[in-house]
Amino acid sequence: MTFDVVIGCEVHVQLFTETKAFCGCGNTFGGVPNSRVCPVCAGLPGALPSPNARMIEYAVRAGLVLNCSIAGLTKFDRKNYMYPDLPKGYQISQFDMPICFDGFLDIEGEWGSRKIGIIRAHLEEDAGKNLHSEDGAGLSYVDLNRCGTPLLEIVSEPDMRSPEEAVAYVQEIRELMEWIGVSDCNMEEGSLRCDANINLWIYEGEKKYATPITEVKNVNSFRALRAALHFEVKRQRAEWEEKRLTLEEVGKVTRGWHEASGTTILQRHKEEASEYRYFPEPDLKPILVSKALVEELKAGLPELPARTRNRFVTDYGITMEDAVQLTSSRAMSCYFEDACREYDGEPKKIANWILTEVNGICNQKNIGIAEFPVPPSGIRELLAMTDSGRISGRIAKSVFAEMAETGAAAVEIVEKNGLAQISDRSTLEGIVREVIAGHPKSVEDYRNGKSNTIRFLVGQVMKKTGGKANPGMVNEILEEKLKP
Amino acid sequence: MTLTELKAAMERGDLSAKDAVAAFRDEYLEDCKHPQPLNCYIEFFDDALAKAEKADAARAKGEGGGLCGLPLAVKDNILVEGKPLTCASGVLKGFTAPYSATVVDRLVSDGMIVTGRTNMDEFGMGSSCEYSIYGPTRNPVDRELTPGGSSGGSAAAVASRMAPAALGTETGGSVRLPAAFCGVYGLKPSYGTLSRYGVVAFGSSLDQIGMLARSPDDIALLLASCSGADRHDATSEESGLEEILPLRPKEIGGVRAALPEEFFGEGIDPEIKEKVKAFASYLERNGAVVEPLSLPILKSAVAMYYIIAPAEASSNLARYDGIRYGFRSDDAVTLEDLYTSSRSKGFGKEVKRRIFLGNYVLSSGYYDAYYKKAQQVRTILCSGLAGVFDTYDIIVSPTSPCTPFRIGEKVDDPLSMYLTDICTTFVNLALLPSLSVPCGKTRAGLPVGVQIVGKRFSEALLLGIAKTYHESGGT
Repeated sequence: MTFDVVIGCEVHVQLFTETKAFCGCGNTFGGVPNSRVCPVCAGLPGALPSPNARMIEYAVRAGLVLNCSIAGLTKFDRKNYMYPDLPKGYQISQFDMPICFDGFLDIEGEWGSRKIGIIRAHLEEDAGKNLHSEDGAGLSYVDLNRCGTPLLEIVSEPDMRSPEEAVAYVQEIRELMEWIGVSDCNMEEGSLRCDANINLWIYEGEKKYATPITEVKNVNSFRALRAALHFEVKRQRAEWEEKRLTLEEVGKVTRGWHEASGTTILQRHKEEASEYRYFPEPDLKPILVSKALVEELKAGLPELPARTRNRFVTDYGITMEDAVQLTSSRAMSCYFEDACREYDGEPKKIANWILTEVNGICNQKNIGIAEFPVPPSGIRELLAMTDSGRISGRIAKSVFAEMAETGAAAVEIVEKNGLAQISDRSTLEGIVREVIAGHPKSVEDYRNGKSNTIRFLVGQVMKKTGGKANPGMVNEILEEKLKP
Repeated sequence: MTLTELKAAMERGDLSAKDAVAAFRDEYLEDCKHPQPLNCYIEFFDDALAKAEKADAARAKGEGGGLCGLPLAVKDNILVEGKPLTCASGVLKGFTAPYSATVVDRLVSDGMIVTGRTNMDEFGMGSSCEYSIYGPTRNPVDRELTPGGSSGGSAAAVASRMAPAALGTETGGSVRLPAAFCGVYGLKPSYGTLSRYGVVAFGSSLDQIGMLARSPDDIALLLASCSGADRHDATSEESGLEEILPLRPKEIGGVRAALPEEFFGEGIDPEIKEKVKAFASYLERNGAVVEPLSLPILKSAVAMYYIIAPAEASSNLARYDGIRYGFRSDDAVTLEDLYTSSRSKGFGKEVKRRIFLGNYVLSSGYYDAYYKKAQQVRTILCSGLAGVFDTYDIIVSPTSPCTPFRIGEKVDDPLSMYLTDICTTFVNLALLPSLSVPCGKTRAGLPVGVQIVGKRFSEALLLGIAKTYHESGGT
C-alpha cells in the first residue's frame, strides 16, 4: 500500500496591537482575570465595536509578506454561537470578504523546496477563557481579559506532505510575523496557535481513497505539532487497514492532542458542529483599504529574513551559520547591524561576541535581546578598546559582565577600576626584571632550550599586573631580556 | 409648557428646575393613584429633584450648560449610568447600567436631568407598548387605548405632561407611531446622526434614537446637543445638526412634496387619509408642489423589515444568556440547561417569536431565500428613494394606517400588529430622517399623525416645515 500524507493548517496569530480589536482596552497577556474588560469586551447591553486602525494595518503587512492579494474592500461578519466565554453570543470575524487572500509561502528542507498555498488570512476577535476549578466544587469561572484580542487566521491549502513540512510552514509563519513586528508569536502564551487538518490519500492499484480528515486541536508547541501529526499518520493508516473508512462516509472529525499520553483523542464529529448563521456585522461599516495605504505599508516593511541572511554573509563576511543565528529574530539582526555600524574592526568579531557573550547572558537571565541592557554601541565600544590594545581580551569579558549588570559604559568601567592595559615599555621592563630575578630556575630552563617556560614567565607578569599587562609586549621584552 | 418654553422661563428666572421637576413628578404621582394609571414611567428617579436643585445652583453661578435643569424622560433601553435598565424584559432583571449612552451623556453634560425610565415593548418589539413585564402603557387620550409602540411610555409621558420631552428608539417606526397615537411630535433622525452607543441593540442596521416632544423647536434643541459622530459608534457620522439652532421656519413655497399612492390606498383609515390630504393641501395652498407618486417597492418594506430586523435581533439578543448579568435561571444543571432555561423564562413571547424568525432566516438552508434576498431588495429600495429625492424634497404620508387601537385588540394577532408599521419601516431601511407631525383629530377625537420624510440629514428641513405648520395653527 502506498499513500500520501495531506496536511493543511489554520494558524491563528495574535496581532500585537496596543489596544484590542474593537475597544480601547490594553492588548496584553494574562493579568488578574477580568482586569482588562470594558463594556465592549464584556458585551454589555448597548456596547458597540469600533475598529482599531492599527489592526487593519497589521493584517495588511502580514498579508504582504504571505504574498497575498489585499482586498480593496473588506467587511466584518458575525459568526453566531453560544459559549460562556463569548460574551456577545457571536464572534466578529470575516466570512466571504477576507482582508487577505490567494498567497503562498515557500518552505525549504530535506524535501527540497515546496510552495504552500495560502487560501486566505482574515481578521477576527478572540474569545475569553473559561477556568474550571480543580477543587471538586465543580465551579467554572470566566475570564474576559482575552476577549477582543485581534487575531489573524491564516488558512493554507492542503499542500503539505509530511509533519516536517507542516512544522516548517508554521515556523516560517512565526518567523515572518515576529520579524515584521505584528505578533510576538509566543506559542506558550497562545499568541500563535495552530490547528492542523490531516488525512491520507491511499493508493491501491488504480484506485485512490481519501481517509477522513482529522482536525488536530490543542497543539501548543512545534514538538507537539510534529508528534500529533505523526501519531495521526499512524492512527489513520491503522484505521484504514482495519475499517476502510473514507472521507465521503465520515467527513471531518476533531481530535485533541493529549500531551501526556502522546495520542489524539476524539472530540466531536464536524457534522454536529453548530450552524454559525454568518451575516454582515451591522455595527461596522465595510472597510476600504486604499491602494495608497497598501503601497505605504509595503514600503515600510523591513527586509525579510532570507534576504537579510544573504546580505549578512556578503556584506559582513560572516558564515551562513552565524547569519542564520543572527537572524533568529529581527531584534537580534538589528542589534548586530547597529553594533557593526561605525565599527572599524572585523564584523565577525561582533558576531562572535553577540552569539557567545550576549546570548550567554540572555539565556542565563532568560531574557530576549530586546531587554538586554547593553546597547549595540556598547559592544562596538568594548571591542574597539580591545582592538586598540587598551584592554586585553580577558579583561574585556569581565568589563562586559559588569556592563550587563550595571548598564554602565565600557570606558567608565575600565577607568573606574583602572583596567586599562599596561603598554608602557619602561613600566613593563621593571616588572619583567623583577620576575626574572624571582624565578632563576625558569630562566635557566629557558636558556637551556625549554622555550615553553616563557609562557610561565608571561603568566607571572600578568599575575603581578592583575592581567592588565599587554601580553604581546611582555613576550617581546622577556625574549629580549632572556637572550643569553 | 414645551421644552423651549421651560428653557426660556428658567433663563428668565421665572421658574426653577426644582419646581419644574417637582411638577412633572407630582403629575406622575397623581396618575399612580388613578384606577387605570397610564404606566408610562417604569421608574421616576428618586434623585431627579436633588439634581434639579444642583442645576439651579449651577445656573445661579452662571454655569450648567445650555440645557441646564431641563427634564427629560428616557426609554428603558437607553443606558443611564447607575440606573437600572431592563428593556421591559425579564431577562435583564437586576441589571444596572455601568455607563451612560453617548446621547444621554451629551444631554446630561449640557445640563439635562433624566427624570426616569419609560415603559416600552420588550426590547423594542411591538407596536402597542403592551409587551412589557411592567404591564401595558395606556394612551393619555383614552386610557382604553394603546399609546402605540414600542416607545409608548415616552410618547405617553410627553402627551400627559409628565415630561416635556423624551427619548425613544426606533427600528421600524417605534417613535413615530406612538407620537401619532398620542398626538405629539416624533422624530426618527437619519441613521448615523445619533450615536447608538449605549442603546440596547434590536436591529443594528435600522436602530436609531428618536425624540418625542410637543414642538419642532424642542426636538431641534435636543438634536443640537446630542448629534455628531462618536468614536464609540463606527456607524455614527457628522451631520452638521449641531448647527440647527435657532430652528428657522421653512418657507413652504417651492417645496416639492410627493404623496406615495401606496400609503393612501386600501387598508388606510379613511379619516386618516382625509387629515393627511388636508395637510397636503395646506402645503399646496402655501405654494408647495404636491404630486402623487407611485413607488411599488414601498409595499415590500414591511416584508424586508420583518426579515432583516429579526435576523439582527436574533444575534443581538444572544448576549442575554444568563451568564454574566441579568436574569439567571436557578434550576439548571448543565450549561445547555442554563442557557435554555434562563432564556425561556427571561424572554417574552414576542421576543422569542422574533428570535426564532431571525434564526430561521439566517440558517444556511434559508439564508439566500430570505436574508440575502431582503438585503438585495433593500438596496433597490434605497436607490429608488434616492431617485425620488432627485425630484422631491419630501415624501408625505400618514404615520400610521390606523388610529390608536384598544389594549388587547391585536396582541394575539401579530401579523395585524406588524401591519401598523407599513408607512414607517421603509424610512429605517433607507436610513432616512422622518418626522411625525400631529395633524388634527378624527371625529372620535383620536390624534392623527402625518409623516414627513426627507433625504439623509435633512432634519432641519423637516423640522422647519413642521415649525411653519405649527406656528400657522395647523390645517
